[in-house]
Amino acid sequence: MAEETFLADEFVRQLTAVGEVDVVVGVPTFNNRRTIARVLNALQIGLVKYFPRQRSVLINPDGGSTDGTPEEVKQASIHDFETQLTSSPLRTTHRITTPCPREHNGKSALRIILAAADLLRAKACALVSPELESITPEWIEALVRPVYKEKFDLVAPIYHRHKFDGLLIKDLLSPMIRGVYGCNVREPIGPEFGFSGKLACHYLTQDVWRKDFTQAGMGIWMTTTAVVGGFRLCHSFLGPRIHATGSGEGLVHTIQHVVGDSFRCLEAHELFWLSRSEPQPTPTFGFEYSVALEPIRINRQRMLQMFRVGVSELTSILQSILAATTLEEIQQMAQLSDREFRFPDELWVKTVYEFASSYHRAVINRDHLLQALVPLYRGRIGSFVLDNHRADAGEIEKKLEALALHYQNLKPHLIENWATKK
Amino acid sequence: MGRYIVDTVFHTLSEFLHVLMGFLPRMLAMMIIVGVGWIIALVLKIVLRRVLAWVKFNQLFRGRNLTPILAKASLPPPDELVSRFTFWGVGIAFIFLGATTLGVVPLQELIDKFFLFLPQFFVGVLVFFLGLLVANFFGRATLLAAVNANHPSPRLLSNGVQFLIVILAVTMALDQMGVGLHVVLIAFTIAFGAIMLGLAIAFGLGGQEVARRMLERRFPATTKEEEDEISPL
Repeated sequence: MAEETFLADEFVRQLTAVGEVDVVVGVPTFNNRRTIARVLNALQIGLVKYFPRQRSVLINPDGGSTDGTPEEVKQASIHDFETQLTSSPLRTTHRITTPCPREHNGKSALRIILAAADLLRAKACALVSPELESITPEWIEALVRPVYKEKFDLVAPIYHRHKFDGLLIKDLLSPMIRGVYGCNVREPIGPEFGFSGKLACHYLTQDVWRKDFTQAGMGIWMTTTAVVGGFRLCHSFLGPRIHATGSGEGLVHTIQHVVGDSFRCLEAHELFWLSRSEPQPTPTFGFEYSVALEPIRINRQRMLQMFRVGVSELTSILQSILAATTLEEIQQMAQLSDREFRFPDELWVKTVYEFASSYHRAVINRDHLLQALVPLYRGRIGSFVLDNHRADAGEIEKKLEALALHYQNLKPHLIENWATKK
Repeated sequence: MGRYIVDTVFHTLSEFLHVLMGFLPRMLAMMIIVGVGWIIALVLKIVLRRVLAWVKFNQLFRGRNLTPILAKASLPPPDELVSRFTFWGVGIAFIFLGATTLGVVPLQELIDKFFLFLPQFFVGVLVFFLGLLVANFFGRATLLAAVNANHPSPRLLSNGVQFLIVILAVTMALDQMGVGLHVVLIAFTIAFGAIMLGLAIAFGLGGQEVARRMLERRFPATTKEEEDEISPL
């Protein structure tokens, strides 16, 4: 049972009035007035269309919006379902808004949603971002059905992306989690997820709520905790993910927060992954389709130039993080011309694993260590772009698969460095 | 007359012998104290060196890059530095302790002054080492930030920050020790002011173009410099 003292009395009263439900959908907000109505409409239609007989509730923890988002949430309702659906709803979808502390990682908002799911004995839950412009009612089915009908515990999303979009996830986070934890999760940081009531209770019992365990968001922690807890995972294809605003943070902050979170998870779960060797398959639900996405402009020359400057200027810092052979190979690579430049998969994986080990051993200040990864990531992305300039989705998929195998095969390198006192 | 001279010589000699007989035991005591103290200091140094190696003392400073700083200053690694420091500290303390047995008043006053100065000295050394650590931390932070911001001279910026903090630390340490207080403060003020004025003049005269570019980048007009639109997430 969750600890409920952090829930406001009014919120608990509203939950009590709702009674037990089958599906809880959580939408944490902070100044999302522009997009929240559309997101809520899509969710409501999705619930009515795909779960007409199930009792459902929308939980909206709001981090102190000043643009009238909570009012918009309260007012957002679909009066004319007949234009959207062939039938009228059989049940009312309840909506509850409650204030919560504003945190950059959304920890309090998630905790409120999990506690609500626990109190209402929900069988399935979904977590949805309020800034989506591409959400459709089908997302609810994709996130909730595998939990509700197929008894999976965590549904991680798959988005349709431009081939050069989300490279930190494709090139580092997802294959590293696959290689280390032995579980293939293509979008480990979400932020859209479906999960079971059982997993919600498990999350609530974890020791992360009183400290700042993550900086970027709770997604990577949710994914890895589910893997470590032995819960059943699957993917669901959602389609393209178009956000109303950009990520809002530069590359340096993104790497510091997201990669830092993933390294912290590795530390927290070391007992699990140090002993696990067999990778587990992850089934995928939904029909994967592709649509034309807007082209992305990339200044590859600038990336490579920043890589070279980083390698030459940060040598003394990289010496304390990387093995001598790895650093030597990187330095040799920095001498290559733009045309010849390639950052091989194996070297990249070794680099990431050595950074993770050095982070664990705190060889230098951890924020500094993560910042030192940025120029190397630029070099790797420059190489990826150069390699895949004309590649189609299928070819890139094959290359990412090969990269994931490198992460898997080089796991002993991580284990060796993890314990080594340099 | 002759007898008087002989008596005086004998009297002087007997007084000298008397003083010498009184001084020799004290001298011997001093030498024993110094000798024993030196042996104690040596044993302490060896024991401390082994204990520090056993507890991997140097690793405490590895993350703070202290060892390379010490190496750059031609100093030994931290464990060796601490054991040598202890050896000399204990050794010198025993020398002074031995010297007090001689009963020489001016020397006694000097020793008293020295022992009064010791706490200030240690605090000064501590301030200096803390300053080195802070300078190293901020120098590295500046270097990383400058490299990731694609700044044209990251090393120069980093060294500049380190240099200023070390100068500040030295000034604070000397101030703490009370060594040439006014001279140090005035020298620091003049040096710091001169550096800042020099930078301002250099930037104003030689860096007009740079200043213009920086301002243009800080307050862009309508067109933005072409940059990556690639999203990492």
